[in-house]
Amino acid sequence: MDFTELTIKSASELLAHKKISAKELGQMSLKRIKEVDDKLHAFLYVAEKEAMEQAEKADQLIADGENFSLTGIPYAVKDNILVKGMQATAGSKILENYKATYDATVIKKLNEELPVMMGKTNLDEFGMGSSTENSAFGPTKNPYDLSRVAGGSSGGSAAAVASGEVLFALGTDTGGSVRQPASFCGIVGLKPTYGRASRYGLIALGSSLDQVGVLAKTVEDTATVFQIVAGQDDHDSTSLSKPVPDYDKFLKEDLKGLKVGVPKEYFIDGMDPEVAEIIKNAIKTAEELGAVVEEMSLPHSSYALACYYVILPVEISANLSRFDGIRYGLSVGGNSLEEVYYKTRSAGFGPEPKRRIMIGTYASSAGYFDAYYKKAKQAQQLIRKDFTDAFEKYDLMLTPTTPIPAFKFGEKSDPLSMYLADVFTVGLNIAGVPGLVIPAGLTKSGLPVGVQLVANHFAEEKLFMAGHALEKSLNLKLKTNL
Amino acid sequence: MAISLEEVNRIAKLARLSFNEAETKKLQHELSDILNYIDQLKQISAKGGSLPAGQAGASGGDPDAMNLMREDVAEVRESPEVFLKQSPAREGNFVKVKSVLE
Repeated sequence: MDFTELTIKSASELLAHKKISAKELGQMSLKRIKEVDDKLHAFLYVAEKEAMEQAEKADQLIADGENFSLTGIPYAVKDNILVKGMQATAGSKILENYKATYDATVIKKLNEELPVMMGKTNLDEFGMGSSTENSAFGPTKNPYDLSRVAGGSSGGSAAAVASGEVLFALGTDTGGSVRQPASFCGIVGLKPTYGRASRYGLIALGSSLDQVGVLAKTVEDTATVFQIVAGQDDHDSTSLSKPVPDYDKFLKEDLKGLKVGVPKEYFIDGMDPEVAEIIKNAIKTAEELGAVVEEMSLPHSSYALACYYVILPVEISANLSRFDGIRYGLSVGGNSLEEVYYKTRSAGFGPEPKRRIMIGTYASSAGYFDAYYKKAKQAQQLIRKDFTDAFEKYDLMLTPTTPIPAFKFGEKSDPLSMYLADVFTVGLNIAGVPGLVIPAGLTKSGLPVGVQLVANHFAEEKLFMAGHALEKSLNLKLKTNL
Repeated sequence: MAISLEEVNRIAKLARLSFNEAETKKLQHELSDILNYIDQLKQISAKGGSLPAGQAGASGGDPDAMNLMREDVAEVRESPEVFLKQSPAREGNFVKVKSVLE
């Protein structure tokens, strides 16, 4: 049996039929991590001991015949999600010595099914970046081409799934941080509706934009994990109590009767022609499956990135003010309380958090608030209305995920060009709507390209339905050479 | 919009960050670039957004979403020791800090 070929579905069948134990699966995952992670650097921490303990419990549950769909399944967690007693660096020196004091709600929910957590994955510092080059602990490499980035900020989670180290991973998505690395690494990535899942225990970046996301090998696996993760939480007052449907029931093989919009603003000058070709092929496939596809318009799309780079830094400057060297994390001594603040924050934060704290502080400071933040919130309402208006007519939208496939390390050295990598993904976070990225093809040089499906608020089941049908029809069978 | 060196220093002070001269100059350049980019928001007409900025806060931009309330009931969580153990300096059950008043 080749561990890297397994999905959640196939592995849980093997477990249920006692063809393999959770402990054996965990050991195969560890072996794969030891084989390839020196090259990839997907993990910041491998939880060998904890994983083996958890696997034993999972095996007991299976022996008792009380196993669930995720029991014994090896997975990984982005290092900005709290797992009690374990590190949670958020990719930052300022949290290098921090140990999580409680489980994030999403971890608590997963633990009820006893999947096996193999460790914590790499990310851009606090989630700020699109390549993991902003991680204080070094970047993650793309499993399809080690000279290229895995994407970001959930690059470690994406590389871990794509290279077959684990069967699924959790990430977070504030502006594309699950979807863009999923596209770059040839896997499936879900960003849910804002409020569909709990943010409790996620290290906050932009609290009005952040959502936890799922990265997996298939749409079906993604839906299986999200079924557990989704839902209201008393510890997150922005999570909503709408019932979570049974996602399994929506997985179909065709798209008959579905109306799909293709926003013309998402096909820009400077887009890689191979990416455009692959997305066009996905559109053609959707039509062959019975969908009615039409070009349409999201007229305020061009403001999404500018809007994002006001709202997000303002929230960052507030959220990151808690890191002051007093209660936890890095603390650099000084002669006064204020000096402790200055020294700790200047030594602990990397260049990108500092830049964004500065922009956010500027944009929210007296005299500038109306010109920036208020304008951005007005733009947000217009962008949101673009989406909700469109979904009165269409079931789904289909767009590229990024204008280009995975880029080389160091290629995007000025901050603004890195920001532009998120141009097709940020709009969804601004509007609060969900998105699913699935692999749509490979470039001639063998780099994966993902297509992004977009649905209305709380309509994740439509994403799974269409994603599953497209995935079956495209039948890509991607595999790394690692 | 270009931002002055003095402005960079003023913002750094508000953010409790310190930069040396070379870093300040680099930041001045980078922040100006980013602010130039986000200046395009000024083209949006004021009537576009119907909500005062504050009201659409932590709701993912959903103007209909309301804050959810729950009873303020104490629940047993971790012992204080778990949290205190993380602090760089402590005295008994207190986190120790430098004096605030001279």
